Amino acid sequence: MGIETAGAAAVPRRSQRRFKQVREVIDALRHGTRRNTRRLAAKREVKQLSDWKDQVEVMVHHGKISVPYSWTVGSTLSKWYVLMRDKGEIWANRCPSCGKVYVPPKIKCNDCYKDMNDWVKLPGTGILESYTVVHYSEPVIQPQEPPIIYGLVKMDGADTAMVHLMGEVEPEQLMVGMRVEAVMSEEREANIFDIRYFRPSAGGEA
Amino acid sequence: MGKRVGIIGVGQTHHAAKRLDASGVELIAEAVTRALDDAQLTIKDIDAVVIGNMDHFENINYVDMWAADGLGSCMKPVFKVTTGGTTGTTVGACGYYHAASGLFDVVMAVGWEKNSESDTQAAISTCANPTLERDSFAGAIGPLATEYSMYMKAYGATEEDAARVAARDRNNACNNPFAHIRQHVTVEEVLASPMLSYPIKFLDMCPRSDGACAVIFAVEEKAKRLCPRPAWVHCSVVRHDYTHFGDLEWTWMPTLERATAEAYRLAGIHDPLKELDVCELYLPASTCGVKWMDSCWFCEKGGAPELIRKGTFEMDGELPINPSGGVISCNPIGATALIRVGEAAWQIMGRAGDRQVEGAKKAMATGFGGCSWSDVFILGADLP
Repeated sequence: MGIETAGAAAVPRRSQRRFKQVREVIDALRHGTRRNTRRLAAKREVKQLSDWKDQVEVMVHHGKISVPYSWTVGSTLSKWYVLMRDKGEIWANRCPSCGKVYVPPKIKCNDCYKDMNDWVKLPGTGILESYTVVHYSEPVIQPQEPPIIYGLVKMDGADTAMVHLMGEVEPEQLMVGMRVEAVMSEEREANIFDIRYFRPSAGGEA
Repeated sequence: MGKRVGIIGVGQTHHAAKRLDASGVELIAEAVTRALDDAQLTIKDIDAVVIGNMDHFENINYVDMWAADGLGSCMKPVFKVTTGGTTGTTVGACGYYHAASGLFDVVMAVGWEKNSESDTQAAISTCANPTLERDSFAGAIGPLATEYSMYMKAYGATEEDAARVAARDRNNACNNPFAHIRQHVTVEEVLASPMLSYPIKFLDMCPRSDGACAVIFAVEEKAKRLCPRPAWVHCSVVRHDYTHFGDLEWTWMPTLERATAEAYRLAGIHDPLKELDVCELYLPASTCGVKWMDSCWFCEKGGAPELIRKGTFEMDGELPINPSGGVISCNPIGATALIRVGEAAWQIMGRAGDRQVEGAKKAMATGFGGCSWSDVFILGADLP
């Protein structure tokens, strides 16, 4: 429709006819059979859209550049990871101006742009705000086999939720609002999987 | 014509080869905090934010999203722009356009890079056509070396002329506390340094650095109220070209020639060598500090070597270039061109410390990027 409407106003009559012919072929490709597409194309002497393949050799240049990356964790997150690795504890930081508590910690408060030097230890418990069960495999970004449970956990004492995986639970047992707790890994290496996962804890639905 | 706009604050990190103490977001926060302090503003005074860095360099491609806390952009209009090496001047230009449009009063432009997190040459090579030129001419050093070979042949410039520029910029950097490399060198040391790609040697070439820079633009009425001596933007000009490397005119620098000509026209400058007081030019290699002087209209074509041998562009010369030490002393790529604008602004504002050119009233800053693109800012102490 777009082509015809615009064409009627802006292009000469011969081009309008041409647009109409092309339009018919496109419509036939969409709605009709291959045979009546050919018939239509032959009738209007319009070349099929795939005819260019007869004229050229289709080439695709395959390439792969290996660019190594390493990401500096930075002062704020380093402190968080070290506390997690060495003490098995989850900490948050608090804005000195508005009092909002962030976990994972922030460099500056989103709202106040204040330095976040005020650290608080969290108990490691909280509620499952929402979740989903992932049934497909994403081998490039996610080494674990499906089904995987993605959880959004609001920890006690924090104002923001944190994303992580859920464990020790069957998908059908999950409930939005259920109490959960962090399970720390036994061998910790200062990365996000020092928290192995969150699991349901005593207290049931909050 | 847009509204008149002044720069009222500049902030930059202390740059280094590897800032292992800071993440990219923390570098951004360091520059933004310093720019706000320089302008004596808080984040609440900023109406819009523009940010940019090099595509591919850190493998995190939505800096406008994931750097929001360090950038201070939560619930503000924020725009990411990236144009290769010129990214810094492009974010500066966009900051200026935002304010000049009359739609935003105070706009912050931020450029940053953490080169230590990647392979700079591999990432930079992604600027070239992958099915045609990437394998045979990509990277930063080879093309710059090729163009200077042509200039030497055409006009009798020498490797020593480039070495003089390298020594000038590197020695100037010793007066700049923010520069990545601060080391006195002699012309002989430059000439004796290892060959990278003839005729460019190790000490002729820029390093790769970690760092960030932030520049705050304000419309006339706000700038006058907030800053005792704003650096007024007289013009911002952008000229890009390139389809294939071989299409370029390598003996001179058409984009810089056109961009500076237009900038001088807009700023009412007839004799740039006499009328400009200081320049902060994006010279990625010392060889550019010879060849590109022609394209800045400081002399006739081929006249640059003579000016350099006379010391025209030294700190005590007729037109000091790169008091900060320039790009060969400090190169956090997405920030590099914005640092030129920020340093030029500080010269006008009288805040350049030990590298201050006394009484600077008109300054030019340029950006260079890939491939062969040029951006120009002219700043002044007087209203345009």
